[in-house]
Amino acid sequence: MLHNDHKLPDLPAPISNRGPVGWLRENLFNNWFNSILTVVAIYFIATTIGPLLNWAFLSADFTGDSKDACTSEGACWVFVTVRINQFIYGFYPEAEIWRINLLFALFALLIAALVIERTPRRGWIALFTLTVFPVIAFFLLYGDAFGLEKVETHKWGGLMLTLVLAVVGIVAALPFGILLALGRRSHMPVARSFCTVFIEVWRGVPLISVLFMASVMFPLFVPEEISFDKLLRALIGIVMFQSAYMAEVIRGGLQAIPKGQYEAGEAMGLSYWKLMGLIILPQALKIVIPGIVNTFIALFKDTSLVLIIGLFDVLATVQAAITDPAWPRVSTEGYVFVAFVFWVFCFSMSRYSQALERKLNTGHR
Amino acid sequence: MPEETKYSANSKPKFWNDPEKRALLFQVLMVGTVILFILYIVSNTLSNLETRGISTGFDFLSQTAGFDILLTLIPYDATYSFGRTFVVGLMNTMLVSFLGVVLATLLGFIVGIARLSHNWLIAKMAAIYVEVFRNIPLLLQIFFWYFAVLQVLPSPRQSIELFGGVQLNVRGLYLPEPVAGNGFGWVVLAFVAALILSFFLVRWAKKRQDQTGQYFPAYWASIGLVLGMSGLTFLLAGSPITWVDPELVGFNFKGGITIIPELSALLLALSIYTAAFIAEIVRSGIEAVDHGQTEAASALGLPRSRVLRLVVIPQAMRVVIPPLTSQYLNLIKNSSLATAIGYPDLVSVFAGTTLNQTGQAIEVIAMTMGVYLLLSLLVSLFMNWYNKRVALVER
Repeated sequence: MLHNDHKLPDLPAPISNRGPVGWLRENLFNNWFNSILTVVAIYFIATTIGPLLNWAFLSADFTGDSKDACTSEGACWVFVTVRINQFIYGFYPEAEIWRINLLFALFALLIAALVIERTPRRGWIALFTLTVFPVIAFFLLYGDAFGLEKVETHKWGGLMLTLVLAVVGIVAALPFGILLALGRRSHMPVARSFCTVFIEVWRGVPLISVLFMASVMFPLFVPEEISFDKLLRALIGIVMFQSAYMAEVIRGGLQAIPKGQYEAGEAMGLSYWKLMGLIILPQALKIVIPGIVNTFIALFKDTSLVLIIGLFDVLATVQAAITDPAWPRVSTEGYVFVAFVFWVFCFSMSRYSQALERKLNTGHR
Repeated sequence: MPEETKYSANSKPKFWNDPEKRALLFQVLMVGTVILFILYIVSNTLSNLETRGISTGFDFLSQTAGFDILLTLIPYDATYSFGRTFVVGLMNTMLVSFLGVVLATLLGFIVGIARLSHNWLIAKMAAIYVEVFRNIPLLLQIFFWYFAVLQVLPSPRQSIELFGGVQLNVRGLYLPEPVAGNGFGWVVLAFVAALILSFFLVRWAKKRQDQTGQYFPAYWASIGLVLGMSGLTFLLAGSPITWVDPELVGFNFKGGITIIPELSALLLALSIYTAAFIAEIVRSGIEAVDHGQTEAASALGLPRSRVLRLVVIPQAMRVVIPPLTSQYLNLIKNSSLATAIGYPDLVSVFAGTTLNQTGQAIEVIAMTMGVYLLLSLLVSLFMNWYNKRVALVER
């Protein structure tokens, strides 16, 4: 037997398999089909991204206070910078804008506290955000108490209205959604069929028709003396629509809880509400947090539909500003601005929900 | 202990401690509340309608509408009834939904597979596509296509001629219209006959493969059969189709097929938006197929294309179909955003114009919602039937 214990040192891989060249060969040109795809893709990027960057940044105008400042070929961002206050605050009185800013700051603080994991007592902060905060927000925005001037809801608009619609929609839809989901899984046939019909009807129709219904039918439903605020009507429609979707998300969580948990709770002699509130719902809601975030993203995008019934959310304010004859040909800039605002919110939320999914994907299953 | 007797078998629990009776009581209360609530709303509504002088009932459907509609698939003008506007709107909704579903599925599958491509650039581009388009509201995308892109096209006189008589301008896309001449019936007949023949061919090939294991390319043969038979008849009958090109008459094009910009903008936005979601569904479906399946198929010596077609995609479809169904339903419901740019869909002509002219909110909204509910129901029935066919059968 011949032994050779003197192993030769490992040679580095050939130059064609490592470094940038190796990476290119591996990922872009590993066969003829991929090479063709790569060339086509590079051509596509070169012909679109270059002119796009040029339009948006290199030859765009950023400073100035009227359309005359837009002298170059590129985008006219002056339009956005001049109108930014209107896009964010709508027609809210100038002197009262500090109230919205205070609210935004408070909201951002709460969200940050909830998202950062090391915050102590996150449960209490969550409870505060869901119960006390909406009350504070209402009085800050509407006023008419604590010496604050009253600001009618028809003056609300812009990004602030978008956020109001989305946050109220989700906060109010959550408890209704939980009740509907519990009802749909209840053993009582009447309660079950009510909830099933409610959920399926609202899920089967477009949000637009719900908003139409809210704006033309709700006033017929109440006695004539009661005047029904337009924003409130839209909110009721959104909440009804959204709670149906929320119910289905939560039902998924309820179904994921093993039967043993229910049986153990019953064996302890817990009543239905104690069983649900102490054992089942905490686990079920924890599982479906990503689903709830996804519903929230969908709702956030859908709030733009209120422009069809004449409420001025951020898209509607920009849409109205675009048609202003004093600013010809700024439609693309306006849409890009709104798209960017929505994109930043939605994208960060979807990233957050994915991170949550990874974090929560440890114990169960 | 004296208390023991209280809980003996024959002493009945108090009424409110008996779960069954309590449930009964609760349900009776629930029904009562709902009935009272409905009665309250109905009485309010009736008195409100009376004070405003709005009649109830569906008589308005036979009244003359008196307004024109931009795009109609069936004969319609201002002298037709409101009932007819309902049908026209419904057909326009179905048109854009059907085209949207087809386009979104195609685009979605392409992008979804591209995201899994080994080509780094292609995969990244697909990822950017998905992240950009699904995080922007659909209404904004519709506005963007309609007001920012399609409105900057040239006027009819400076139309862009794409190819072979296809004209593109701010009023729409104009295509040559095929007009069937004498003897076109034979071509249709040959086409149908070829379809029936290929149905039997596929059945025969499947049976033979099950029995003998011999493979026959039945699908390629069928395509050849259909194309060959109808093409040959077409030539034999003397090419009985004439193309009517759109012609510039005065300020606009006449003749040919017109695709109005409202339809193009809506279709573009709907399919690009929905495709971003479908792409994610397709990707997760393909990733859900166990890697061992691909390896086993490769070990059998199947080429990569057949591994995809015979092993991966059929199993991925099981994961894909249920969420795909929801996306189709979303697309159909989202087509109602047409009303924002004036594409004459059901919501626009019926819940919009008709409601404004008649004031009969209850009937109009109820009919509109009913239609969407019915459409949703039909699509999910069909997709559930299809899902049952592809679902994994386990013992």
